[in-house]
Parts: sequence; C-alpha cells; structure tokens
Amino acid sequence: MDYSQFLNMAPELSLLAVILILFVADLFMCTDRKSGRGILNTPLPVVLLTLHTLFCIAPLVCPMFSAQCSMLNAECFGGMYVSSAMALVVKAILNVGTIIVFLTAHEWLKQPEMTNKQGEYYILTLFTLLGMYFMISAGHFLMFFIGLELASVPMTALIAYSKRSQESAEAAAKYILTALFSSGLMLYGISLIYGTTGTLYFDKIAPLMLNGQCSMVNIAALVLFIGGIGFKISLVPFHLWTADAYQGAPTAVTSYLSVISKGAAAFVLFVVLYKVFAPIIDQANVLFFWIIVFSITLANIFAVRQNNLKRFMAFSAISQAGYLVLGVMGATPQGLTAIVYYLLVYMAANLGVFLIISITEQRSGKLLISDYDGYYRTNPRLAFLMTLCLFSLAGIPPFAGFFSKFFMFMAAFKAGFIVLVLIALVNTVISLYYYLLIVKAMYIKPNDNPIAPFRSDGYTRFGLGLCIAGVVLIGIISWFYAYIDQFSFGL
Amino acid sequence: MNITIDYFLILSAFMLGAGMYGFFTRRNTLAILISIELILNAADINFAAFNRLCQTGIEGYVFTLFSIAISAAETAIAIAVMINIYRMLKNNYVDELDTLKW
Repeated sequence: MDYSQFLNMAPELSLLAVILILFVADLFMCTDRKSGRGILNTPLPVVLLTLHTLFCIAPLVCPMFSAQCSMLNAECFGGMYVSSAMALVVKAILNVGTIIVFLTAHEWLKQPEMTNKQGEYYILTLFTLLGMYFMISAGHFLMFFIGLELASVPMTALIAYSKRSQESAEAAAKYILTALFSSGLMLYGISLIYGTTGTLYFDKIAPLMLNGQCSMVNIAALVLFIGGIGFKISLVPFHLWTADAYQGAPTAVTSYLSVISKGAAAFVLFVVLYKVFAPIIDQANVLFFWIIVFSITLANIFAVRQNNLKRFMAFSAISQAGYLVLGVMGATPQGLTAIVYYLLVYMAANLGVFLIISITEQRSGKLLISDYDGYYRTNPRLAFLMTLCLFSLAGIPPFAGFFSKFFMFMAAFKAGFIVLVLIALVNTVISLYYYLLIVKAMYIKPNDNPIAPFRSDGYTRFGLGLCIAGVVLIGIISWFYAYIDQFSFGL
Repeated sequence: MNITIDYFLILSAFMLGAGMYGFFTRRNTLAILISIELILNAADINFAAFNRLCQTGIEGYVFTLFSIAISAAETAIAIAVMINIYRMLKNNYVDELDTLKW
C-alpha cells in the first residue's frame, strides 16, 4: 500500500491533530487551576483552528506551496476520497464559520456550571466538522454515508448539551429521531443504486445508469437520497425538526447548526447530483422546483408569526436553504460558484445575528422578539450591527446578501428556470417584511422595560467585527466571487 | 426451490413499509427507535441480497457491515437522549414532548 496518499487528505489529518491536541489539553488542564482553563476556553481552539485554516488554504493562495498542489486534484484509496480545489475552498469557509461559532460560545461556556464541560463542546463540534470534511471529499457512497453520520451523531450530543434543560433534551430527541429516519431512507436509496449499477463510486455510477433499464428504480433512489440530504439542509418536506432543534439547543450550537452543517450538505448535494444523478437530472429538477417553492414560501409564512428569536431564525434558515438549493438546479458550474459564494455571505450575516442573540441572552436572559423593543435606546451599537446583518439576510443592495442572491438568481435564470426565479424574487420581498419586523422592534417600538445596557466581551466583539467585515466587504470586493469562480469548472 | 432476488426485495420493501408506518404511528420513543431499526435493516438486506445474487465483489457486504456499526452508534446516542428525557419526565411518550411547538 502506498502510504503517501494519506498526504492528499492533509486537511482531515490536520483537523484530527487539532482535535487530539484539544483532547489532551482538556484531560490535563485541571479545573481548579484557573489560568489553564482560561486558555482552553477560547484562545487555544481558535488559534489552533486558525493555523489549521491557513494550512488548508496554503496551496490555494500561495504558489510557493505548489509541491502541495497534488492535493488540489487527487484521488486516494482507489477513488474513495477525492480532493479538489473547490472542496478545499468550502472547507476553508466552514473553518472560518467554526471559528466564529467558537467566539460565540465563549460567554456561554464561561458560566460556573459549564466549566467541567468546556472541552467536550470544542471536541464534539470539531468532530462534526471532520465528518463534513469527509462528506465533502467523498468519492464513494460509503465515505459519504460515514461522513454524514459523523456529522450528525455528535451534533445530537451538542443539542442535548444543557443536561438539566428539558427543552434541550426534547430538541435532541426530535433531532436524532428524524435524523435516523432520514438516514435510513437514504440508505435504502443507496442500496437501490447499488442494485441497479453494481458500484458505489460516484464516477462509475452515471455511465451505468445510462442504459435506462431501471429508470424507475433510479428515480426512487433519487427521491430517497434527496430525502436524506434534504433533512440535513432542512428543505421543506423534511424541515419539521428545524424549528424545535434550533429553539431547544444552546444558542452557540444553534448558530453552528444553522450555517456550517447546512452549507456542507448543500455542497455535497450539488456534487452528487452532478456526478451520480446526471442522467436523470431532468426528473431531479422537477423535484427541486417544488421543494424550493415550498421551502421558501412556507418558511416565509411561518417566520412572520414567530415571537421567539431563535425559532424565527430557524424559519429564516429554511427559507435561505431554499435559495441555497436554487444553485443546484441544472447543476452548472455557475450554480456551484453561486452556492459557495452564497454560503460565505450567508455565514457572515447569520453568525453575526447569532452572536448578538447569544450575548444578549447571556447578559439579560431574553430571547423574544418583543423583548427587543427599544433595544436601540439601550444598546445602539449592537442594534445597528444587527440591522446590518438582517439587511444582508434580506438582500438589500449595498450589502453582500444582495450580491449572493443576485448571482444565485442569475445562475438559475441561465439554466432556464425563469418561473422559479420569479417566485423566489416575490418571496425575497416577503422576507424583507419579517426581517424588518425585528428592525422595527429595535428602533421604533416603545418599551418601558427594555434590555439593560451591557458591555460585550472581547471575543464577541472580535467575532462581530469579522461578520460585519464580511457583510459589508464580500459583496463590494468582487475578488471573492471571481476567486471562487475559477475553481468551479471540472469539479 | 430456487430463491431469487424478488423474495429478498419483497421482504425488504415490507420491512421499509412497516418501519415507516411504525415511525409515524407509535407514541413510545423506544418503539419509534425500533421502527427506524427496521428501515435500516431493510437497507442492509437489500445490500447483502444484491451483492449475493446480482453483483460481483464484496462492496455490498462491506457497506452492510459499516451500516450496522453506524446504526449501533446512532441507537446508542438516541437511547442516551431518551434516558435523559425519562429522568426529567418519568416517561418517554412523544405526546409529552410538547414544550417546543409551532
């Protein structure tokens, strides 16, 4: 066996090294030594993850590391693991998102009753990230399935993290039962693919499917597969867990759940459709047409009537997932660029909102939208930053959200889905309404008992700085889109 | 008598249907978990039967082994969550899990 092929999976290995370092640090830094714990809580994971991110993107940005460029287009283990430049970009984006989530979690983990459990949070989160890495780079359904489960099993433990809270336990139960159900259905779909083609390698399936003898079986496999992955992205017929899991989970976990796992799954959906289901892409498009229409519309309708902010963000996330899948339609290179770019922009805006929700929850314990009445009077700067993020989510022009939606619509339009783009446009206007409801609560509505003024900690400020920079700059600086675009061909 | 692939497929399809029915109708979380195991095992039967009767190589068997291991891990964590719920509510019926709604 050629052991040097392990070097092609350098991002996974370096992430594994980060996990092991954190694990050992968690073991040997005892609780009563306060100085040691201070390092473990946020600086150590963030610094390690930053180094890991730099290591990941080194072959992309720096020609000096061209020796590592074999990593950009390589197959290991007979095609089980496929690494591509685009996958590396997605991994780097997920890394940045995870760093911001860690910054969100700092205040929550600092509480006295959490001190014993700090290390576990970081390790579990990074294990789900590792699962997503494998999922993104999979070239075989077995690798994909293992990655998917590695991403969703530790996630359950994270959702149930507040052990004494009934909401947390209930959210975890709902999450794990639906996750198991959908992964069971997907497994059945994969078995049908295996039965008709006799192979599970992504590249080999499509030519064997072309003979068309078992097209009905193939379509059944497609439907079951979309059921499994649609659960991860929380598209509408499979979205029922989303709102409950988002509301019950601790806020730092919710922000991770809303962006990172969703983005990885959307990328994988594109890859599998592009490689495996290419012969029946027309049937897939019919399916996706209705999934997207229902995701965007239903989520918008339900979001209007929410009062809990985390639940509201859940429906907003379902609706955004609908837009994210818009790029999957037609499976064009432009669609892939649009998906990755949308993911980057959505991450900046959504994590920004969650940072503010989290720090407000920690300082005042308030989570309802009606609690945010008069927020501008007491905390003007946070209210302003939240407004920027919400504007970006809604897609108002100067902010990045507008550009990401624009490229997404353009990709779908070029692929020929004009009616769908029209429906999505109408829904953008509806979504503007409910995002503005929060802005209205913060700026206009009077409140006798508003949230008291508070100072946020340095980690939250740093995270917010990153998010706001993303929201403002990613759209205006066209380098980001052009940079992602150059990797989208050939996949 | 020659046992063809049809018998296996009918069995696994029946198990899939029974599992889905159980998932939607059962009220006890453990019963729901058992229904899900039926679905997973239906897929495993499919893999093994396809590999034995239609395809060459051992890809299907290997996939079955991995899927059994993964579903065991999932079941373990699901039962951990349910024990946690049982401690708080003193039962594990899904009707009681209604604090998060709409």
